[in-house]
Amino acid sequence: MRLPPSIARRTFLRSSGLSVGSMALASMLGERSGRAATNDAVSAEIDRGVVQPLHFPARAKRVIWLYMAGGMSHLDTFDHKQKLVDMHGQPMPESITNGQQIAQLQGSKLVCMAPQHPFQRWGDSGQEISTIWPELGSRCADDLCIVRSMHTEAINHDPAHTFMNTGSMIAGRPAMGSWLLYGLGAETRNLPGFVVMVSTGNYGQKQPIAARQWHSGFLPSRFQGVEFRSVGDPVLYVHSPAGVTDARQRDVVDAVKELNQIQAATTGDSEVATRIAQYEMAFRMQTSVPELVDVSDEPQSILDLYGTRGGDGTFGSNCLLARRLAERGVRFIQLYHRDWDHHGAVKDHVAGSAAEVDRGAAALLTDLKQRGMLDDTIVVFGSEFGRTPMAQGDGRDHHLAGFTMWMVGGGFRSGLSYGATDELGYHAVENRVSVHDLHATLLHQLGIDHMRFTTKFQGLDAKLTGVEPARVVTELLS
Amino acid sequence: MPNQAALFRIETSRVGAAVVLMTLIAVAARADDLASGERVLFNRDVRPILSDKCFACHGPDKNKREAELRLDTEAGLLGAGGEPGVVIPMRSAESRLVERITAADVAERMPPEQFGKPLSDAEIDTLRRWIDQGASWEGHWSFRPIQPPANSSSRDQDDWVRNEIDRQVLVTMSEHGLVPAAPADPRTLLRRVSLDLTGLPPTPERVAQFLQDASPGAWERYVDELLASPAHAERMAVWWLDLVRYADSVGYHGDQEVSVHPYREYVIQSFWHNKPFDVFTREQLAGDLLPNPTQEQRIASGYNRLGMMSAEGGVQDKEYLAKYIAERVRNLGGAWLGVTLGCCECHDHKYDPFKTKDFYSLEAFFADIEERGLYSGANADGNWGPRIKAPTAEQSQQLAELAAQIAATEQTLATNTPELEREQEAWEQRRIEWTTLAPASVVSTEGATLTVQADDAVLASGENPATDVYTISFTGLSGKFTAIRLEALPDDSLPQRGPGRADNGNFVLSEFEVKVSPSAAGADAKSITFQHATATFEQSAYSEGHPNGRWAIAAAIDGDQHGPTWGWAIAEQVGQAQSAVFAFAEPVELVPSDVLTLTLRQSLDSPRHTLGKFRLAIARDELPPRMFDLPPPAIAAILATSRESRSAEQQTELATHFRSIAPSLDATRGRLAQLTADREALERAIPTSLVTGTVEPRMIRVLARGNWMDESGEVVKPGFPDCLPSSATAERRLNRLDLANWVVSPENPLTARVFVNRVWKLLFGAGLSRRVDDLGAQGEWPSHPELLDWLAADFRDHGWDVRRLVRQIVLSNAYQQSSVVSSAVRELDPVNRWLARQSAFRLDAEFVRDNALAVSGLLVERVGGPSVRPYQPPGFWAYLNFPQREWQNSQGDGLHRRGVYTHWQRQYLHPSLSAFDAPSREECTADRSRSNTPMQALVLLNDPTYVEAARAFAAKLMHEGGADTDARIQWAFERALLRPAKPEEIAALRTLFENHLAQLRDDPAAVEALTSVGESSAPADLDRVELAAWMSVTRAILNLHETVTRN
Repeated sequence: MRLPPSIARRTFLRSSGLSVGSMALASMLGERSGRAATNDAVSAEIDRGVVQPLHFPARAKRVIWLYMAGGMSHLDTFDHKQKLVDMHGQPMPESITNGQQIAQLQGSKLVCMAPQHPFQRWGDSGQEISTIWPELGSRCADDLCIVRSMHTEAINHDPAHTFMNTGSMIAGRPAMGSWLLYGLGAETRNLPGFVVMVSTGNYGQKQPIAARQWHSGFLPSRFQGVEFRSVGDPVLYVHSPAGVTDARQRDVVDAVKELNQIQAATTGDSEVATRIAQYEMAFRMQTSVPELVDVSDEPQSILDLYGTRGGDGTFGSNCLLARRLAERGVRFIQLYHRDWDHHGAVKDHVAGSAAEVDRGAAALLTDLKQRGMLDDTIVVFGSEFGRTPMAQGDGRDHHLAGFTMWMVGGGFRSGLSYGATDELGYHAVENRVSVHDLHATLLHQLGIDHMRFTTKFQGLDAKLTGVEPARVVTELLS
Repeated sequence: MPNQAALFRIETSRVGAAVVLMTLIAVAARADDLASGERVLFNRDVRPILSDKCFACHGPDKNKREAELRLDTEAGLLGAGGEPGVVIPMRSAESRLVERITAADVAERMPPEQFGKPLSDAEIDTLRRWIDQGASWEGHWSFRPIQPPANSSSRDQDDWVRNEIDRQVLVTMSEHGLVPAAPADPRTLLRRVSLDLTGLPPTPERVAQFLQDASPGAWERYVDELLASPAHAERMAVWWLDLVRYADSVGYHGDQEVSVHPYREYVIQSFWHNKPFDVFTREQLAGDLLPNPTQEQRIASGYNRLGMMSAEGGVQDKEYLAKYIAERVRNLGGAWLGVTLGCCECHDHKYDPFKTKDFYSLEAFFADIEERGLYSGANADGNWGPRIKAPTAEQSQQLAELAAQIAATEQTLATNTPELEREQEAWEQRRIEWTTLAPASVVSTEGATLTVQADDAVLASGENPATDVYTISFTGLSGKFTAIRLEALPDDSLPQRGPGRADNGNFVLSEFEVKVSPSAAGADAKSITFQHATATFEQSAYSEGHPNGRWAIAAAIDGDQHGPTWGWAIAEQVGQAQSAVFAFAEPVELVPSDVLTLTLRQSLDSPRHTLGKFRLAIARDELPPRMFDLPPPAIAAILATSRESRSAEQQTELATHFRSIAPSLDATRGRLAQLTADREALERAIPTSLVTGTVEPRMIRVLARGNWMDESGEVVKPGFPDCLPSSATAERRLNRLDLANWVVSPENPLTARVFVNRVWKLLFGAGLSRRVDDLGAQGEWPSHPELLDWLAADFRDHGWDVRRLVRQIVLSNAYQQSSVVSSAVRELDPVNRWLARQSAFRLDAEFVRDNALAVSGLLVERVGGPSVRPYQPPGFWAYLNFPQREWQNSQGDGLHRRGVYTHWQRQYLHPSLSAFDAPSREECTADRSRSNTPMQALVLLNDPTYVEAARAFAAKLMHEGGADTDARIQWAFERALLRPAKPEEIAALRTLFENHLAQLRDDPAAVEALTSVGESSAPADLDRVELAAWMSVTRAILNLHETVTRN
């Protein structure tokens, strides 16, 4: 019967019929044996992930996801198609489009549209990237692991986002960041482990982003993503009420703690210890969050690198904050840039959106690299879907059958181009990678076997990668 | 079992936490702790192992079935029809099942290694022993008929047993070596039952009253009082609305608002009036199909319309119709049946005997619902499909009152009196002195020649422009004037003799304006406002789309609000003289130097509809306003007849007309106008609610792998899953009412079990089967199977009486146990599976806030109405679009209503609700999680709602809590926690108060800022510094774990 707690815990996770909520409770059971609970011990319990030990040696500890919301045209950015140039203005062959799902082009004549900007080969690796990415191209091409054979299942923004983030189009599943916090635990007790920031650009339609994209779904809400805002409180309710100084807030928190401890001694309720620990973290966040978003301690060279003075809510500013969050141990950082829904004027708009993103993204990669952080940080770049090779006026429509994403760091091979769409950029045809494959691969680098990383939901072993077979795309890994 | 308990106690002393965990494992997974001699029960012990480890490949899903082997059926396990099974009863060693799960060769061993779910030794042992004990098989427990235990004829001797619930609970805890906990102390109990049943704390006054009531039945009376309260209904609604995914926005993409709150009101009213659950079910699933559905039943049918909808351009109708209807089946499964039907949208269920075809056959029940895939152009005002007006009871009453008043007023206006007859006679004999106006200047903007003739008429000639504006001015008038008359006159020089210059002799006067200025320069000109205008004739030809079907004179003084081409015309009576009289709103006083300027706009896009000849006159202020009106032609004709020779009909018609203008009825007409306007305003304020409309049922196909583009699947009709009993016959196409009847039929094994299990969770913190969202094979074997079935049968057999169910549970001694027990007992049963105590658990999100508002005295307890918007941080909706929106805080009462009324925005739920695990309600939520997070601390510390509540609480404390600091702390404790404070608790808060009082004396700005948070204001009679210092105390109390916990 004598098992070390970690084994007992795993046994429990595998065999129990208890819900996740009960598991959170179970993580607290260490408090029940009558020994005095220290805050540190409770915090350590709260922070612990359920995957103990990791299934594989982890190549990465965290993820920064640069999310180009709206649907970046792969054809004008990272997936060059000469044939599309040749067939510009000509009808799209029906053999390709028949029976395919399309969105706003329903019932329209389908005509090919050439890439709107020249491509060139960059760096030693010769990665072929559009010239609208001068910074990424010139400074980072040899770091990128580009996957040109992504495909997804949803053609409208909302379900496509939900699928990309949660592995299901049906609302109610945890976002990947929540899964990671649940599985790997937190590395910081001063900041939330899953942080989301949103910037809004000046080009495509400003498609809505639902909070469900960073929701913990059926996992407890402590795994939920926390939005850092550029306007108002950087985190909701993170400032003390008007007129309450830090010291007086501390006094109130201390009084609450003292009374809670008296109560815990009376009832023996272990939830009280958790409550006390969470109040401590909340109080620390009241200091650490404002500190985090205050970039005045950054040297001018860094501000110049990112092209921001900080605090302006731009993508570049958020990239800088992302690095600061990563440094402080935040597990999953997601930066949405709402700008990429280019139904019209794709030539100007894709260039405009890229210009808003290029410098910040390149700066982030450069900065992480110079600090050695790419060794254990994965940067993911991409959209919920791509855009059609067919014109929609002078724009492009949503497209699910093929698009591009890239990864950097955390054991992803640098300077790699992987997979391909067909010659017109419509279908991913070579080395196809599904969203679930991507999730499985990311989890793998973080030390988790996606098949074994499950939790009971409605009786099922729910997992990020769903029920269909998904594979770790080992070809992408070094 | 007792020796097992002893074993654990010994272990505890040795290894502490690890053993506690093991205890949990022991209770959670029976396989690990079956004492070696104990009888193995198939459903309790064996099925969970097979389901979790084997069914995925050897279960109900035929497409994934390996080796043609099923382990989810009796035949598959034990063999049938001469075919041997993999299990040979009594002979585990010879059974293929055991052979394979124990194979030494990893390649042979089941489950396969890559499946990732190996069998534990204990599980293998359980399977072996089950076989050796005879391998008796039974169907999954929740699909079998509800089997209540035979009622014990003689009441259990134990004093503790108060009802059947206690008897069952006591038996089970005894089997596990436990005895009931002491009863909770009365204060804790009252707070518990009040929070459980109403989501609100009791008042200290009510507690004191209860504690003094020694009479028998005091507890029952207290419970009944709670059960009868609207607060209980609101509490139950919070739970039900999660299940049926009620929200105030549509969820997809732009997440636009939608009006369906009358449905929420329906739910609250239903619980308030203890509507039987079967009726409640029928009304929601099929209220529209009931005979002569009432407004209430139609609103209830809005249930079918609560799912998410999309207005995103680019949505394909067919795809989203498939999404919407599939979600309905999932919700039916989630809300009523407690099974995960959603799996079967793409494949046969891997664990339960549901097939893909069952899923689509259930979809077919909903195929008659009128809906669209893409709701383009929809907005908060509607276009989300069928809806009805849903007046509240109050609004219905107001409407009825207005209707009665309007009828009475109309009656007054329709009744002749001798006074009116005298007044009418004077009117008939009135003489209006019209002073013909001699123009000082006449101008045509477009160059027509306007000539003033001898009789002061103006004749147009020469240029005949398409449109024109005539400006005529007059001077030299003196006195008070009340009306202007325009005569449109025929002339031989005009087409068809005019009076217009159009080819047909017609004209259109688009707008008629009069201005007065004190000098010829036109400076400081003032417009004269008209009361109304009348004309001898108004054209009705070609008047489609015009108000009242006329080219009315009223359109000539409408400020062109209907466009410049509307106006007064007379086509049917060309060639004849016509008049129009424009009555001033107020008499106008003129002096001779004043310049009166008249503008006649003639702007019709059909050309040359200008006036050919006209003359103007003005009347002095001698008669009441209406007296100047030109009678309509029919009345003019009667007036032209002598009084004596008028027929009876003519007399009536004339009297009726006169009453419509009689000066003595002015006030009455004004009242009617006001009442009518009030009614229109009320009509506009009446909310609408989505309802179910029906169409010819759409064709429903089985979609291969759930792919909506695949049209190869079998067409299905409405039908019930084979694995569940039904008595329906296929004489006709089944409909949603049949579905509802099936759901609540006595034979349905799931509905009652699911319902009572969930109600149990509301009152104990966990279900008897803890996975309240799934009673299928992957669900959990109930801790008290017999009790669950007894409750289910009792509920079903007593008219699905929800209140009876709740009442029985809270009146049990099991419910009334203390939640505080020794650590030894806790260790024996860490998650309180055997119910030898009550549980302590955090309040649901809505009730965390309701409780704070109630304690502080801010709560506004009004039932029903539209959703409200308590304080929310600005900019929280920044990433919503189509349209962009900003949350507007409610004002006044709306800030302090109960959480059930908070606007539910699916994509951005109010962050303070969401922090406490309130779900987005995008899908059915049967099992809210109950987490404990830093965000919750930030909300309770810093959200203005709680800061304002702390101030109100502090003000109340200063008013009512006595004079002395300790007494006030004691008072606050009693109020928030319903218990006396301990000396050390008082000491801690006293120190806090005194320190902050001293600090705040030197910080007036902080005092002002802190005491000003929120819309309500601090009472003026209180010392602000003291108030601010007390706020630290009340904030601390509102932040206590105990405050947000029900013990």
